[in-house]
Amino acid sequence: MKKIEAIIRPEKLTDTIKGLKNIGITGFTVSQAVGRGKQKETQGVYRGKNYKVTLRPKIKLEIVLSDYMVKETIQTIVSSAQTGEDGDGKIYVYPILEGYNIKTGEADLSIDDLANPEG
Amino acid sequence: MELIYLNTVWIVLAAAMVLFMEGGFCLLESGLVRTKNTVNVTMKIFVDLTVGILAFWLIGFGIMYGQDAFGLLGTSYFGNPEKIPLSIELPSAAFVLFQMGFAVASISIVSGAVAERMNFKAYIVTVALICIIIYPLSGHWIWNPEGWLAKLGMKDFAGSAAIHALGGFVAFAIAKILGPRKGRFNSDGSMNVFAPSNIPLASSGAFILWFGWFAFNAGSTLDASNTSLATIALNTLLAGASAGTAALFTTMKKFGKADPSMMINGVLAGLVAITAGCAFVSQWSAILIGLISGVIVVYATLLVDNLKVDDPVGAVAVHGFNGVFGTIAVGLFDTSQGLFTTGDFSLIKIQLLGSIVVVVWGLIGGTIIAKVCEHTVGLRASESEEEEGLDMSYHGIPAYNEMDLFTDLPTRLYDFEETTGIIVAPANNKKSLKKNPVHTK
Repeated sequence: MKKIEAIIRPEKLTDTIKGLKNIGITGFTVSQAVGRGKQKETQGVYRGKNYKVTLRPKIKLEIVLSDYMVKETIQTIVSSAQTGEDGDGKIYVYPILEGYNIKTGEADLSIDDLANPEG
Repeated sequence: MELIYLNTVWIVLAAAMVLFMEGGFCLLESGLVRTKNTVNVTMKIFVDLTVGILAFWLIGFGIMYGQDAFGLLGTSYFGNPEKIPLSIELPSAAFVLFQMGFAVASISIVSGAVAERMNFKAYIVTVALICIIIYPLSGHWIWNPEGWLAKLGMKDFAGSAAIHALGGFVAFAIAKILGPRKGRFNSDGSMNVFAPSNIPLASSGAFILWFGWFAFNAGSTLDASNTSLATIALNTLLAGASAGTAALFTTMKKFGKADPSMMINGVLAGLVAITAGCAFVSQWSAILIGLISGVIVVYATLLVDNLKVDDPVGAVAVHGFNGVFGTIAVGLFDTSQGLFTTGDFSLIKIQLLGSIVVVVWGLIGGTIIAKVCEHTVGLRASESEEEEGLDMSYHGIPAYNEMDLFTDLPTRLYDFEETTGIIVAPANNKKSLKKNPVHTK
């Protein structure tokens, strides 16, 4: 079981979600974030003074899934969120120890169901 | 006291109320677009009130009310509109002032429909062209006593056709050529909803527009001693209320929920529809006109969507379709010549002709504007400008400074590499590599 954390451009969120849906991933968490990488500051102007927008708005996408899905998911995120410019974002993969469904209080079996959708 | 003093006070006040409707347009539109484009729609309303006012004062007024040529356009008062002689008890400057409010209202209708994707420079060109020629020309036909539609006997009291239908269909033509916002329509033809940034803000805009509409309609008497002044105001209120009621119940029945943006547009649709007839119809007719327009706006919105024309605030459905309906409604409900009230066919024919002429001229005018912009400053924002949001792209400032993201702090506070000497990502820049001991050993 792994967690994929992807930091992407806000305007690529819809495409990324579509791509994920195509490979059968429909559960994830999305949050708004700001941060800094290699993307250049944008120039702003306020009352005649220029200023720099140093932190750029991004979207953070978190997905917990079975190990064997990780590679395909990363490929999907890369292909749907990539523009080739600085500021496209990052993908990090973490190991996850346990997961529970709050509704049932039981361990989250859907992660392993993903591994074998028929059974 | 002489009547002219009272009229002056009334019309100057009414003109100010009509100009305040721009504030309503501003709040309405900024509430209905996405957060990243709210500054842009606000700036566009400023352009209406600045560039638009000057353009109309310099040239537009002369085309509209100047010495008539062939019933088609005016040819005098360029640069000195207050020279116009009036046969009513009103200083000509007050008349000019009041007409200014109408001219900018017609362009603010367009600003909503082209929101979130139009090049800002193209919008400035649009404002100038509408105020110089598009609005004054059809305005001349309808409102100049020598205009050809006016001579036929067309009745448009405060501008359902001259302002709203024209603005609505100019907006339709430009929005059509401009194309939808990125991601609005899917390849299979289905549509994505772009959630509005702030519904209470949009509602406040509608309330301000409603307030201004009393001056828009009742002020068009140009005469404070007119006995129908209060009736006009009452008709305006009743039509807005009944249209809002109709839109409310239609959406509750059709979509299962009371839709706030449709409620807002429903009220506005009723106000648009009663604008032509407010001085000519009875109160029951006003309610009926309102009820019908409240239903029209719901289906017109769906129709515009089905035509794949992206209208972020619903301006075409509200102003275009209901402007036409309001104009025709005069022919149906007019107390002295209406088809339903007197069985007389003569007025409805003229009203229909007038509506068709205004719609066609609106579509042609909008197409001309779009082509002029395409060949000069560029009609549409670039893809990256649209994605980043027009606020940052064109104005360099966001509407809301969330998380103090946009505070102007010294850059080096944010430059992790420079402050810590650690390079977090492989650097393309050889100079920074050399400077950094971690990577140069």
